[in-house]
Amino acid sequence: MNDAFLVTLIAATLRVATPILLAAIGETFAERAGILNLGIEGIMFFGAFIGFYAADMSGSLWVGLAVAILSGLLAGLLMALLSVTLGVNQHVSGLGITLLLSGLALFGFRLQYGGRSTPPSIEPFGQLSPFQGIPILETIFQQYLLTYVTFLVIVPLAWWLLYRTSLGLQIRAAGENPEAVDAAGVNVFRIRYLALVIGGGLMAAGGAFLSLAQLGAFTHGIVAGRGWVAIALVIFGNWDPVKVMGGALIFGGTYALQLRLQAMGLQLPVPYETFLALPYVVTIIALVIAGRNASYPAALLKPYRRE
Amino acid sequence: MTTKISIEKTDSTPAWLRSLLPLLALVITFILTSGLIIWGRANPFEAYYYFLIAPLSSKVSALEVLVKSTPLILTGISVTFAFVAGYYNIGAEGQLYAGAITAAWLGVVLEGLPAWAIIPLMLLGGFAAGLAWATVPALLRTRLAVDEVVTTLLLNSVMAYIVSALLNGPWRDPQSGWPQSPEIASAAMLPKLVPRSRLHLGFLIALAAVAVVWFILSRTGLGLKMRAVGLGRPAARFAGVPVERTMLIAALVSGGIAGIAGMVEVAGIQFHLIGDLSPGYGYTGIIIATLGALNPWGVALAAVFFGLIDTGAQTVSRALGVPVYLGEVTQATMLLVTLAMFVVQSYRVRIRRRG
Repeated sequence: MNDAFLVTLIAATLRVATPILLAAIGETFAERAGILNLGIEGIMFFGAFIGFYAADMSGSLWVGLAVAILSGLLAGLLMALLSVTLGVNQHVSGLGITLLLSGLALFGFRLQYGGRSTPPSIEPFGQLSPFQGIPILETIFQQYLLTYVTFLVIVPLAWWLLYRTSLGLQIRAAGENPEAVDAAGVNVFRIRYLALVIGGGLMAAGGAFLSLAQLGAFTHGIVAGRGWVAIALVIFGNWDPVKVMGGALIFGGTYALQLRLQAMGLQLPVPYETFLALPYVVTIIALVIAGRNASYPAALLKPYRRE
Repeated sequence: MTTKISIEKTDSTPAWLRSLLPLLALVITFILTSGLIIWGRANPFEAYYYFLIAPLSSKVSALEVLVKSTPLILTGISVTFAFVAGYYNIGAEGQLYAGAITAAWLGVVLEGLPAWAIIPLMLLGGFAAGLAWATVPALLRTRLAVDEVVTTLLLNSVMAYIVSALLNGPWRDPQSGWPQSPEIASAAMLPKLVPRSRLHLGFLIALAAVAVVWFILSRTGLGLKMRAVGLGRPAARFAGVPVERTMLIAALVSGGIAGIAGMVEVAGIQFHLIGDLSPGYGYTGIIIATLGALNPWGVALAAVFFGLIDTGAQTVSRALGVPVYLGEVTQATMLLVTLAMFVVQSYRVRIRRRG
């Protein structure tokens, strides 16, 4: 182990954590308002596809990102229609949205790119390097703009919004005690719609990061369960954006380590899949440890009805 | 004169409306998905012919519908068994693979035994493996109150990596180098029900599972307790039902049934363990259980219908070049439309005239 190994590991950790963190912040908004959005995996997958497709068609990565975020907002709206207005079981409606959006993305991808012999690709977002020429910092901070935005803007903003604004108070209260929110003259339905729509946009942005920055392509396995990891991180981080970020970094670290070790071609005594499965197992263990202290939003999974 | 239109909740939905609902859901689903067919440069009416009618017009493809529905019946009934007791098992996908791994292993190591011994052993092995994989989240839920939705979901990913590690490691086919386990013994292959078709004994196993689950849920004390727990834990506890133990049993048996689904796919269709043995049967099982309203026979019916959609999507894809994922989109749309209609049916529009 030398310095270069550690430095590239840290750099990779930030990259790997970005899409999961974006999605997890989105899920935090939804769950804080009282809705478990299992549509997350599908929203990320569709965001990755539609972002890629729009960028390929328009020739602009930014158009791709904008279209992906728009798709996420709409998906959040659909989840809200089902879980808030109609009060349908949240597990089933969320999984339904994941299946619908996964199917739609695969359908669209096959239709638009099906006949090609080589997988389509685009020139992805470039990386910024504000510390050009300074040995270690240069490598660590050579990151995508979206990574900077996620860690330096989205996470602090989400924290500020949730804990320091009246809107944040209303979102949190809608997930804890919707009756009280209603009694205070605030529309619970509107708050929950808003939280789901914001959340959907962030989830889709996370998916679009994968296709527009990390890969420059769309593949069937592009999301590969990252949405489920995000769900776990939200609980792990106790529904607090800053702690969720901590969890995303731990996940990113183990994943990046596995990638590095594989790339170095080391003969490991265990299959490399062990490292891939490790974050899931760690999360389950963390859930068990946090289990009794995990303070789920009290009204999570409960549809609100005015009587 | 003023007219006031309002939407009110009603307790009783007229019987004619309730029986029309599935049909109405179907029509709405097809209207919604016809946009995709047009995007795929095909005529929706022609597509629906290939989608729903063509698969039933020949014996071979009609049997294929039953082949496709076999794992779906099992995962649907597995999910039903857990959901009835209020245990949200999202892990049928992982439990299915646990059963598949065990069946692929037993099918090789038990070579030499006669079919009447090897097939029941594989069935038992598949059930036990699915049950075992469901144990950790079930115990965490009933002993430590750790939410089962997240743990069962995460263990699906862990299982996918275990399958990948096996297929890229010790079980990689030594001759071809493909990531697939060695072929199971011929005595371990499920006998065909109809010659020159793919319909195998697994379909009858699935129907038997439906009958057993129906019997347990509607005719035994355990079923009564499970339904009581599913309706409301505090009330069930007050009535003296052992809530945790009942949920544990529901969770474990649910895992076992999903394991059988994996066994049936290995022993009846693939004869190897492969990475994409299941295109998400475990997740589709959740949709099917919901569409079947957690009624075992309703679930079986929904599974056969989904088998028709899967077969039909392939027919449409071959005949008109519309991507085969039309099937998945149709299934998911039908779920969301039906969920919405369950709610909407309990409201009615009332028009009052005054003046």
